[in-house]
Amino acid sequence: MSVRRLAEDDVQPAAFRFNEDNAAWAQQTIGKYPQGRQQSAIIPLLMRAQEQEGWVTKAAIESIADMLEMPYIRALEVATFYTQFQLKPVGTKAHIQVCGTTPCMLRGSEELIRVCRNKINSQPFETNEAGSLSWEEVECQGACVNAPMVMIFKDAYEDLTPEQLADIIDKFEAGEGDSVSPGPQNGRHLSAPISGLKTLLDEDKPVAAKKTSTQKKTLASKPAAAAEEAPVQDDANRPQGIEKPEDADNLRLISGVGPKIEGLLHSLGIYKWEQITKWTKEERDWVDGYLKFKGRIEREDWVKQAEALAKGGAEEYERVFGKKPR
Amino acid sequence: MLKDKDRIFTNIYGLKDKSLKGAMARGHWDDTKGLIEKGRDWIIAEMKTSGLRGRGGAGFPTGLKWSFMPKETDGRPHYLVVNADESEPGTCKDREIMRNDPHTLIEGCVIASFAMSAHTAYIYIRGEYMREREALQKAIDECYDAGILGKNNKCGWDMDVFVHHGAGAYICGEETALLESLEGKKGQPRLKPPFPANVGLYGCPTTVNNVESIAVAPTILRRGGAWFAGFGRPNNAGTKLFCVSGHVNEPATFEEEMSVPFRELIDKHCGGIRGGWDNLLAVIPGGSSVPVVPAEEIIDCPMDFDSLRDLKSGLGTAAVIVMDKSTDIVKAIARLSHFYKHESCGQCTPCREGTGWMWRVMERMVVGNARKEEIDMLLQVTKQVEGHTICALGDAAAWPIQGLIRHYRPEMERRIDEFTRNAGGTSVLEAAE
Repeated sequence: MSVRRLAEDDVQPAAFRFNEDNAAWAQQTIGKYPQGRQQSAIIPLLMRAQEQEGWVTKAAIESIADMLEMPYIRALEVATFYTQFQLKPVGTKAHIQVCGTTPCMLRGSEELIRVCRNKINSQPFETNEAGSLSWEEVECQGACVNAPMVMIFKDAYEDLTPEQLADIIDKFEAGEGDSVSPGPQNGRHLSAPISGLKTLLDEDKPVAAKKTSTQKKTLASKPAAAAEEAPVQDDANRPQGIEKPEDADNLRLISGVGPKIEGLLHSLGIYKWEQITKWTKEERDWVDGYLKFKGRIEREDWVKQAEALAKGGAEEYERVFGKKPR
Repeated sequence: MLKDKDRIFTNIYGLKDKSLKGAMARGHWDDTKGLIEKGRDWIIAEMKTSGLRGRGGAGFPTGLKWSFMPKETDGRPHYLVVNADESEPGTCKDREIMRNDPHTLIEGCVIASFAMSAHTAYIYIRGEYMREREALQKAIDECYDAGILGKNNKCGWDMDVFVHHGAGAYICGEETALLESLEGKKGQPRLKPPFPANVGLYGCPTTVNNVESIAVAPTILRRGGAWFAGFGRPNNAGTKLFCVSGHVNEPATFEEEMSVPFRELIDKHCGGIRGGWDNLLAVIPGGSSVPVVPAEEIIDCPMDFDSLRDLKSGLGTAAVIVMDKSTDIVKAIARLSHFYKHESCGQCTPCREGTGWMWRVMERMVVGNARKEEIDMLLQVTKQVEGHTICALGDAAAWPIQGLIRHYRPEMERRIDEFTRNAGGTSVLEAAE
């Protein structure tokens, strides 16, 4: 069991009250339970207090215990028992919860924890110098097929690489957390296989047909937006493709290229690392748009990766980047 | 492979319309009133015919569980509580139901509540599933607006469905701990008997069911128990959501027939094992609590309750954790020991003290800093924890370690040998010179 204590008195605020919206919400929540059973609402109320204040203060625990007419000790028991309640202040801009349980560990959560140690603080629950970020290792978050993953506030960021996590942390610190879309970060859809659906294909047909019709509509009404969504393939900036050579390179050694993306690159006639090293800025942008990648080619620096691989394969890559290509 | 027309969860990836209208177009909420009019006995009989075994891990027959509720009320209200505290490492199937196909669950609540004379259902969802909670609440609100929930609703059975949530305690997935938590207390399991069917939530008759068990019920009743029983081997009937994580090329959640062989499951849905079948080391077939099974035993094993029990493991929640040969198997199990140490509620001494003790020894086993007789001592301690606690968390903490020792004892001994050799290495070399 985890032993948890309230924060020291010097960081505890003197008082707590729900803001107007939350107070109304609290009354409604208490109403879900039978007469005289209002104590049932304690977990939802403490959670709402945490959302409002950032952590669960002693004042909040006592004030909620009063609301629910329960002894302080019963409320304190609940607050210390449930590990989702933060009993001391955490990072103001983000508290990164990295899942470290076996399914995530098998897919690289230890690397993610290392990123947090390096970027935030060597110790969990301690903030960085600015007090804006903190992290902890949590137990299974129930997103195991999308491992490894982190939770930040209400959202899960899944299928992460260490580079992507570093990028996400930077974004939150810059106050641009909203610009990262939650969910899988490797281009797959929720928990479906990355190369596309393998089930529910029969019934998909009518829906797919419907989709095309709506797409047509958007094409008619918003040509610019639609063009941006799906760049035309024979665009002037499309990089030159080649016939599939005998000695095609393994493009998946580039971090950011999975089986699905490799397939798409092959369909563009991209088979060699060398080809990628020669892409111009315009060509990179075109491919980025084609893959709907939102700048990942630049962010993950495919060109530099490809250069290393073209020069000396995996060994050179390891020398340049200090780690094995996957 | 299961045909798409036989799938119950037709929107498990959320690619189709998630709204009530969309769910209705896919056949949910179709003549719920008609099902209810067929009566309680018919529903329970049909659920028994279907052979549905609870999807939360233990595999207790659902129809039988429903029949335990008192037939006549003695003035106390009856409750249905849906266990959506999905926290078993490896498991993420109910998440997909709640965020993408929530109407299967809500309709199931109405039917199950009717079958046990309950007018109120609480869905206890884990605290971390915040977006899932929002999606579920949205779907419930839609149902109230459409008049299929609430008083005098169109289904002909007064029904309230409330969403309640936890705050990060694995133990609240145990049914009586869940009830304690729902009553606003620490989630510490209750002694049984009395069983929840007699004295459950607020001291009233209560049935606790897993999300998936409830969500499949309406489709089973519409298509008939015999249809569902037609899938899988006898006593292991039906379709099941599998969630495959770990070292497969394409981890995914999907619905498949019970008793499908492991090889087919992985090849058809998950793009094979990372590095090919020869690279498979071991599999934890049903969430972290069941013992690990080595590759050669599981490859052609049908994935169902009985076949996996014969391998001294279990189907559990059908959360398949695949480990290839790059895995440090001792470390993987040691991490699970840490999980159980973290999640023990602290009520029973064998578990509170035992989980911490087992974890510390496991950490030494990872590096081999131990003596070989300590492997036996560790095994003995797991036996002392197992079966000596109020709930099954003690058992769940013991089983992974027992599985490890059963199958990977030579590896543990090799590490001990290596560590001992290295520790004494320098002095031995000096003496030789």
